[in-house]
Amino acid sequence: MNELAVVTRHTGPRIPPSVTAPVPLPIIRFVNPDGTLTEAGRSQEIDTDLARALYRHMTRSRALDREALALQRQGQLALWLMSWGQEAAQVGSIAALRESDMVFPSYREHAAALYRDITPAQLFAQWRGIAHSGWDSQKHHFHIYSLVLGTQALHATGYAAGVKMDRSDEVVTAYFGDGASSQGDVNEALNWAAAGTLPVLFFVQNNQWAISTPPAVQMRTTLTQRAAGFGLPSWHVDGNDALAVHAVTREAAAWVRSGNGPALIEAETYRMAGHSSSDDPTRYRNPDEFSQWEARDPLLRLEALLKATGTSRSFFDELDEEAQAFASSSREACLRLADPDLADLFESVYAEPHPVTSREREQFIAFRADLETEH
Amino acid sequence: MEADPRVMLMGEDIGRLGGVFRVTDGLRDQFGAERVVDTPLAESGIVGTAIGLALRGYRPVCEIQFDGFVYPAFDQIVSQLAKMRARSAGRIALPIVIRIPVGGGIGAVEHHSESNEAYFAHTAGLRVVSCSNPADAYQMIQQAIASDDPVIFYEPKRRYWDKGEVDIDGLTGPVEPLDKARVLRSGTDCTIVAHGPTVATALAAAHAAGEDGFSVGVIDLRSISPLDLDTITLAAEQTGRLVVVHEASTFLGIGAEIAAAVTERAFYALKAPVLRVGAYNLPYPPARTENEFLPDVDRVLETIDQALKF
Repeated sequence: MNELAVVTRHTGPRIPPSVTAPVPLPIIRFVNPDGTLTEAGRSQEIDTDLARALYRHMTRSRALDREALALQRQGQLALWLMSWGQEAAQVGSIAALRESDMVFPSYREHAAALYRDITPAQLFAQWRGIAHSGWDSQKHHFHIYSLVLGTQALHATGYAAGVKMDRSDEVVTAYFGDGASSQGDVNEALNWAAAGTLPVLFFVQNNQWAISTPPAVQMRTTLTQRAAGFGLPSWHVDGNDALAVHAVTREAAAWVRSGNGPALIEAETYRMAGHSSSDDPTRYRNPDEFSQWEARDPLLRLEALLKATGTSRSFFDELDEEAQAFASSSREACLRLADPDLADLFESVYAEPHPVTSREREQFIAFRADLETEH
Repeated sequence: MEADPRVMLMGEDIGRLGGVFRVTDGLRDQFGAERVVDTPLAESGIVGTAIGLALRGYRPVCEIQFDGFVYPAFDQIVSQLAKMRARSAGRIALPIVIRIPVGGGIGAVEHHSESNEAYFAHTAGLRVVSCSNPADAYQMIQQAIASDDPVIFYEPKRRYWDKGEVDIDGLTGPVEPLDKARVLRSGTDCTIVAHGPTVATALAAAHAAGEDGFSVGVIDLRSISPLDLDTITLAAEQTGRLVVVHEASTFLGIGAEIAAAVTERAFYALKAPVLRVGAYNLPYPPARTENEFLPDVDRVLETIDQALKF
């Protein structure tokens, strides 16, 4: 026994913790799953033109998603990760940003990418295995996909530091998911952006599943509660309600654009498909859960609202035709994609001439020519 | 896990799903969620907390879901896991295994086809092994778990679908040590040294060379760090020609170390320089080009030709 050890005998009042996680606020929702307005929705002026525009983009995106899955099943794509179910979260948010606002996506942001005029062929290039990315990120203000989870949150933060130094009023948006929020990079980005008062909007699509792992296994608080700990204001929104997502994003972007520093939006949504075309969600997911979320489908909800507020049948009929034509043209574009030539890839590794890649390129070309002569 | 209750598994999607390659399928049902842990999606967290568990007396077997996702854990592996024993003057053991599905050839999207063994082999304090067939996968994982050193355990993805006899009852006699290479085929003209996914490529090339009248041996390294230089040097002395094949790029790859070591040990026995066949020194390219990017039988044969003509 250490003679100097202090014997503790507590007799005074208990000392409660100074802070516990803030109490989560109710989720913001304007439109109920059946298309009726919530109280919050009734207090807003619902813009039916906006609702139709969002619905149109979401419908096109879903048509593309289905076509892409079919292409994968037919061997035309090596892999596909569906954004099925997350259309409202993606379209609602990106539609509330300016075209000049830079976006750093993860890898499932197809609906957001399409909104920024990235073509199906440009999206497919990566999943067909002919390129690591298919579009000019500067032209679309939409960075290439990030497959190593959460890394883009720091890239967005650094880009935002540049925006701030340039005295620009751009808002930089980082999309990531519930799974990526466990990565160190994401938490470093939240802290860094807050400490530097940087213009970053962190948009979390909590789609309830990180492959087979639900949020309950990954975290104890909501992401909005976590944001509070880092000093970020946040909004917790029904991610399947495109109008609520749009309104909240507009609000958050305005806050960030005014120089107040970063903000976070957590959109509750659902990954209706497996993680990827290689995944089998029946191994870990209860079918009842799927049915519950199917009833909250973001497209059905908006459709019900639009029908109830007088949008004519011809709008839906025309849109169906447009979406079908879009899907079939995307199929043709996919099949037209040309295979890459490995010889070309040696030239995109370094900016300056490099003796190793130069020599190996020559060796490769010579070797291939020899093989062709032999065969 | 049956033999030692302190052995536990941890990784992303390894429990309920059984891992994306189903390597741990059924183990959660058999051993419980406390010993087969679905972790948060955080590789640095997986290795860092495995170190803590090992300090507490457990023997964690970590799965990194894909080769390209190990880098967030690089600091925990290289600065913490590898160095803890030396930093504590030998007092602290970290018996941790890090399983990594590795390599290309399965048509995967970027970051899912990397061969990063040289990074870890370059780090003192780690053992790095690479299995090439089902029987070795079974034996070597048990030896790795039994080792008191940290082991990086590579599982070649494109061999996951291979089937083979596995001696689960130990009937075929004593098992080779984990750090011993295996001579799969002896030759007199040239020896191919390979590991993991390229062992099958090497065997196919040796067979094809045999049909052309050349006697080509094959060594399966099995261990990358340490290298079984005695076995490699003996083959170099017997055939005078070595061709090293791996999926990783050649520049500062394992082949470079083998070439240097064999030159030091068997200089006068060599009839040709030790030649290397690896991936080109590019970031792993889009999958539609990977068949030309990865070493294949044609490239190995061409290199054997070079060695023979030297």
